[in-house]
Amino acid sequence: MLKIENLSRSFGGVHAVQGVSFEVPQGVVYSVIGPNGAGKTTLFNLITGIYTPTAGHITLQGESIGGMAPNVLAARRMSRTFQNLQVCMNLSAVENVMIGAHLGLNSRLFAGMFRWPGLIGADRVCRARAEELLAFVGCEKYIGLQANSMPYGALKRLEIARALAADPVILLLDEPAAGLNNTETHEVEQLIQKLADSGITIVLVEHDMKLVMNISDSILVLNYGKKLAEGLPEEIRTNPEVITAYLGGEMEGV
Amino acid sequence: MSTMTSPPAVTSRQGSAPKSWMSSRFTAIAILIAVLALLPLVLPNAFYFDLVIRIMINAVIAIALNLLIGYTGQISLGHAGFFGIGAYGSAILTARYNMPPLLSLAIATLAAAALAWLVAGAILRLKGHYLAMATLGLGIIISIILNNEAAWTGGPDGMSVDTFRMFGLRLAGEQSWYWMFAGLLVASIVLAQNLVDSPAGRALQALHGSEVAASVVGIDTAAFKTRVFVVSAGTTAAMGGLAAFYMGFITPNLAAFQHSIELMTMVVVGGMASVYGSVFGAALLSLLPQALARVEGWETVIFGFILVGTMIFMPRGIVPSIAALLRKKDA
Amino acid sequence: MAQFLQFVFSGITVGATYALAALGFSIIYNASGIINFAQGEFMMIGGMAAVFLAAAGIPLPLAIVLAVCIVALTGLIIEKLMIEPARDAEIVSIIIITIGISMILRGLVEVFLGKANHALPSFSGEKPLAVLGATILPQSLWVLGVSTLLVVVLGFFFGRTRTGKAMLAASYNRLAAQLVGVNTNSVLLLSFILSATIGAIGGILIAPIATTSYDAGLMLGLKGFVAATLGGLGNGLGAVVGGLFLGLFEAMTAGYISSAYKDAAPFILILLILTFRPQGVFGAKQTDRV
Repeated sequence: MLKIENLSRSFGGVHAVQGVSFEVPQGVVYSVIGPNGAGKTTLFNLITGIYTPTAGHITLQGESIGGMAPNVLAARRMSRTFQNLQVCMNLSAVENVMIGAHLGLNSRLFAGMFRWPGLIGADRVCRARAEELLAFVGCEKYIGLQANSMPYGALKRLEIARALAADPVILLLDEPAAGLNNTETHEVEQLIQKLADSGITIVLVEHDMKLVMNISDSILVLNYGKKLAEGLPEEIRTNPEVITAYLGGEMEGV
Repeated sequence: MSTMTSPPAVTSRQGSAPKSWMSSRFTAIAILIAVLALLPLVLPNAFYFDLVIRIMINAVIAIALNLLIGYTGQISLGHAGFFGIGAYGSAILTARYNMPPLLSLAIATLAAAALAWLVAGAILRLKGHYLAMATLGLGIIISIILNNEAAWTGGPDGMSVDTFRMFGLRLAGEQSWYWMFAGLLVASIVLAQNLVDSPAGRALQALHGSEVAASVVGIDTAAFKTRVFVVSAGTTAAMGGLAAFYMGFITPNLAAFQHSIELMTMVVVGGMASVYGSVFGAALLSLLPQALARVEGWETVIFGFILVGTMIFMPRGIVPSIAALLRKKDA
Repeated sequence: MAQFLQFVFSGITVGATYALAALGFSIIYNASGIINFAQGEFMMIGGMAAVFLAAAGIPLPLAIVLAVCIVALTGLIIEKLMIEPARDAEIVSIIIITIGISMILRGLVEVFLGKANHALPSFSGEKPLAVLGATILPQSLWVLGVSTLLVVVLGFFFGRTRTGKAMLAASYNRLAAQLVGVNTNSVLLLSFILSATIGAIGGILIAPIATTSYDAGLMLGLKGFVAATLGGLGNGLGAVVGGLFLGLFEAMTAGYISSAYKDAAPFILILLILTFRPQGVFGAKQTDRV
């Protein structure tokens, strides 16, 4: 599905990601972990086209996508969420999700102004689906609300719903459980599981080790921008290098 | 948690239209149309007609500018430049080349839109203060050209503009202009609200909220910024042209930096991302100079205090702030 | 050659004023991320106050000191009353606020001091000095000398003193600076007083050469903004270089191309530069964090 070869990106003299290679097979949950500043978000930004790689190749479904703009990648049905919320606070929850369906709608300015035939109908269908998606991620009670009156945990899931509205084949989740309490984290875990079961390939960056260990098919460990280890959750859990990198801290209690 | 086990597929079920909102939108436009229809009955003389016409011209521009500033989040400190191109373009083409007014207006508008499209690629990549700087510079350059090229524009003394004729009809007198601008205002409100509530409008607001998030769902942010910039510049130029025909005499002051500031202030004080806010802002800023004329010399000072005060106490602008207050009361 | 030198002299004289204006923009921008559109009005009030105090019979040096104090006080009052309450507003709102402030200041000067043009007496005579076939006004030497001195003093202040370093620290990372005990509110206040002071000095220095009036601050401020952008917003050295370059560019345009388009030159230049280098000549490239 997604193949990364020797991917590197540096900012000035800082090597944020250095020669990283891995492959994500179709239909799995593939997690990327590592201490803060290990380059996980940079890796996501490279894959989704927000940064251009300094070196290396990215291949999606057999096609080279390195250096493509994010909006071009979206048309290849790659979707993502963000570590820091990127929600449009002035719009309602439903409208935020509808934004995710942008590519499926007629988005010409004049079509909007003059209500092109078919536009209203398509928009209604899109709204209905957005409502369903909100319900699917567990945000049904916020459907009519403005995003700025929703709690943090719900906004995290709203982002997932927006990503799903684009009908992705591959979904990159950047710390979906960050800042959530135990119950909420558990709900997100179930949600990711459901998404994986429905056939969407998931790439996950997450600090909550319990969540990662529970749902990952494969785990990649980054440290200082480099690949430290890769393997099944069981292998990673017992890998001495990984444990040293984390200094035991975050791995405790797993 | 929902009981669905996979994300809902694309269906053909139609969602509920947000009913209450639709009807409130309809009510608002109906009230406005009624007010505009009845106003001529109570306006005592030409002076008041002129005042209302100026409000309507400014309101249409403010609505277009709000699409750029309030909804898309892009600053422009140079829109008076486009107003100037529309006004002088129309005036020069009719006076010098004997073109029909409507054709002159169309050409001037297209020229302004083309200029906007040409510079958009370069300047809309800029953010925040750099964008403010670039748009400001563009406006000032246009205004300096209008001041300097006296052979064409009459320089700082200004130039007179031919009467407006359309399909053999001569448009003259406050009454006929009133109906024309009233029609344009209503149309602008409807079109702007349609746009805001369409996929394109959501894309604009999405890129205002987060450019990265917008691009990740497939929105070509650069293209959308360019399009809304061109539409707002074109609208401003068209209104500039019409205003020139209406006023009959124009000076380069209408392209000056201060006019750009006035236009932006209408948007921000009236209410960002609020169509009626723009109408209110235009009315407020067009009426203020009249109200302040009695306190000669103090108008700039009071004007300044209103800007500062609004931004400190109602940072979202007057109309959205009052609307929020009313909603709170309801709940 | 003599003609060219003449243009250079007038260019760097005006350029030094732009540099001071740009420094004013940079200091406030660094402390707060705010572009203060009233910076030109600080300069105008400096010049106008000095003119009127001198005309009232106060000896010129004392009039100048008093004028600087008046502007510094204006900066303080404005920051306290109008900037601090809007600390966390959006960029557009803050731009509107500072534009509002500039209107208030301009209007007050208009009401109380009138619309006429005024010239401040030169500090040391009007007799031009001949240099290599060109002439330079003694006042130009004052402009250049005092501006250089100011830049050196500011360099020392930001590089060596505790307060100056604290202000710089706050510009890099407001939260981090707060955590190590820098009071960012006083940094903001100080930046306004400092910018007002520098602006006043610039306005007074140039007042004997270019006459001053209630609306003289508008163009001066906008060109200072151009110079600051040219140097990369918030870059002190960039502001100085940007100001000098802008002055020279304007003088050369006026001399060799068209004096009517002298005022357009800075804006054409900045548009071209922003097209090719969106972060200014000396500015660092910024990337969004997501």
